[in-house]
Amino acid sequence: MYKYIIRRILIFVPMLFALSVVVFALAKAAPGDPFTTMLDPNVDPEVYEERREAEGLNDPLPVQYYHWIWSTVQGDFGESLIYNGRPVLDLISARFLNTIYLGLVALFFTIIVAIPIGIYSARNPYSWLDYFATGFGFFGLAIPNFFFGLLAIYFFSIKMGWFPSQGTISGTDVAGMQEFFDRLHHMILPGITLGLAGTATYMRYMRSEVLDVLGSDYIRTAKAKGMTNRNVLYKHTLRNALIPIITLMGFEFGVLISGAVITERVFNYPGLGTLFLQGVINRDYPIVMALALIFGVFILVGNLLADIFYSVVDPRIRYD
Amino acid sequence: MDKETLNTPNINAVKTIEDNSEQNINGKKPQKSKSPFQLALRRFLKNKLAVIGVFTLIVIIAGSLSAPLLTDHSPTKSNLLMVEHPPSDEHLLGTDQSGRDNWSRLLYGSRISLIVGFSAMFFTLIIGIILGSISGYYGGKIDNIIMRFTDLILALPFLVLALTIMAIVDDISVSLFVTIIALVSWPNLTRIIRGSFLSLREQEFVLGAKAIGASDMRIIFRHMIPNIMGLIVVNATLMVAVMIIVESGLSFIGMGIPQPQPTWGNMLTEALSVRILTQHWYAWIPPGLCILITVLAINFIGDGLRDAFDPKSNQR
Repeated sequence: MYKYIIRRILIFVPMLFALSVVVFALAKAAPGDPFTTMLDPNVDPEVYEERREAEGLNDPLPVQYYHWIWSTVQGDFGESLIYNGRPVLDLISARFLNTIYLGLVALFFTIIVAIPIGIYSARNPYSWLDYFATGFGFFGLAIPNFFFGLLAIYFFSIKMGWFPSQGTISGTDVAGMQEFFDRLHHMILPGITLGLAGTATYMRYMRSEVLDVLGSDYIRTAKAKGMTNRNVLYKHTLRNALIPIITLMGFEFGVLISGAVITERVFNYPGLGTLFLQGVINRDYPIVMALALIFGVFILVGNLLADIFYSVVDPRIRYD
Repeated sequence: MDKETLNTPNINAVKTIEDNSEQNINGKKPQKSKSPFQLALRRFLKNKLAVIGVFTLIVIIAGSLSAPLLTDHSPTKSNLLMVEHPPSDEHLLGTDQSGRDNWSRLLYGSRISLIVGFSAMFFTLIIGIILGSISGYYGGKIDNIIMRFTDLILALPFLVLALTIMAIVDDISVSLFVTIIALVSWPNLTRIIRGSFLSLREQEFVLGAKAIGASDMRIIFRHMIPNIMGLIVVNATLMVAVMIIVESGLSFIGMGIPQPQPTWGNMLTEALSVRILTQHWYAWIPPGLCILITVLAINFIGDGLRDAFDPKSNQR
């Protein structure tokens, strides 16, 4: 097992390198350079060339890559082209936690809804709640998250007035616990919107996993020994059924990040998703590159953790 | 007379399914048995949700094809004297911020959404089948290269990669959009096809085909791909639904099909304004419902096909 984990970590490093090359190549494929937008078009072409030379934009690509990756590793992502040249790192760190919190709310919602209902559905198949859950599953996978978000704003914040429709906080005068609850209040609708598709997916997985385990021999044996249903559920069924579910959550990062780009737009939520989208719309390549790289690292780490977790939790699996 | 000729084959068909094995045992003249596809079709038609899905999709496709018959208004022509009108006999769903008829945009928009959905699926399918079968059939070095490549693309979130590419290219047309989406979404399908090719490769019929000297191309296309046709059809169907959602999402945030070309997704963009969202529900709820219903219908069909091709799957 340890061999497997070490090998898995060793694969992670070249993947990280390849990811950075892809991001760099995408940025280089973009037309123009920072100066085409920053400098006055009437500037003498010679001055323009001098600036390019000074910035190293005429260097061979491997050299440019080396400079870029070296400063990136040191946390210097360059300067934004549109936010008055503010460092990209500042812009990202100002929004980073907002997106993490939003993702956590979405995951929390997914877990507290999908897992209990999935278990109930599997233990009581063809009950009305099972049918309801199946219907909800179809609905949750078919509705685009932005449409769900708009409906949620329309009904729950405008018609009912229960939740705020945008932003992260009501004002600047809230503090302490009040601030915490205010922020949470702002995150409920976007969190549910972001977590909806995942909830539908995991509900289905959970149902079929629990059904699978319930049909296995060791459950029958446990019941035959006179174990109570409750103990069978918690000590045998769930321990086995949850393994693939928790592992899948490691792969959920990518879905959440993609979803965050659109969800944050709907709720005007100041997170990394909106920052990325603005970067794309304004062709602010330093921001786009930095965020693409960060998102990619997130996913690679998520996959790594999922694989390691799987090998640790499930001793039945043998790695040669 | 007419009635009889019509009915007879049907009765026979039912009998063949039910009594096939029995008849052979009884020594009666064996009737021609059904092909796997015919059996799957029967199972599919028994699935109520799937049949509802097919009918819904037919209605939606018919609506988009007959758009010129259902509306006299142009979906792209703006009329600044008729901005944001409420629904009336003239404009069934009112007009949008540029005075374009919403009903007409809904009908014509379905064309773009469906065309993008189906053609993006088609291109992804071609890439996925070619790379997946090469990877799974030959294995070794080629397999390793292709798989590392899929890993790399999967390491970036789908939307992030698609948006980054869209930030690079200039004017986005429908065909360019479809190309970008296909270039970003092939890895998943490639992995699925490679996986089943890896197990098929070891089976006797492939060995047999090799032994009689069939070429690699022939083995792949005549022996192996027909074996995973069910898998391909199911994945292709479900992929159309995903593509429609992707298109609408990208168009919604303004990075997909640009105005004035209507799509269901970019019709919803207007709802980002609180005024439209609260006061003009007729402008944004219908396209949203259209996406939801279309995707639901396609998912029902896809699930029906899965159960039909693999009867064991619905017992899980």
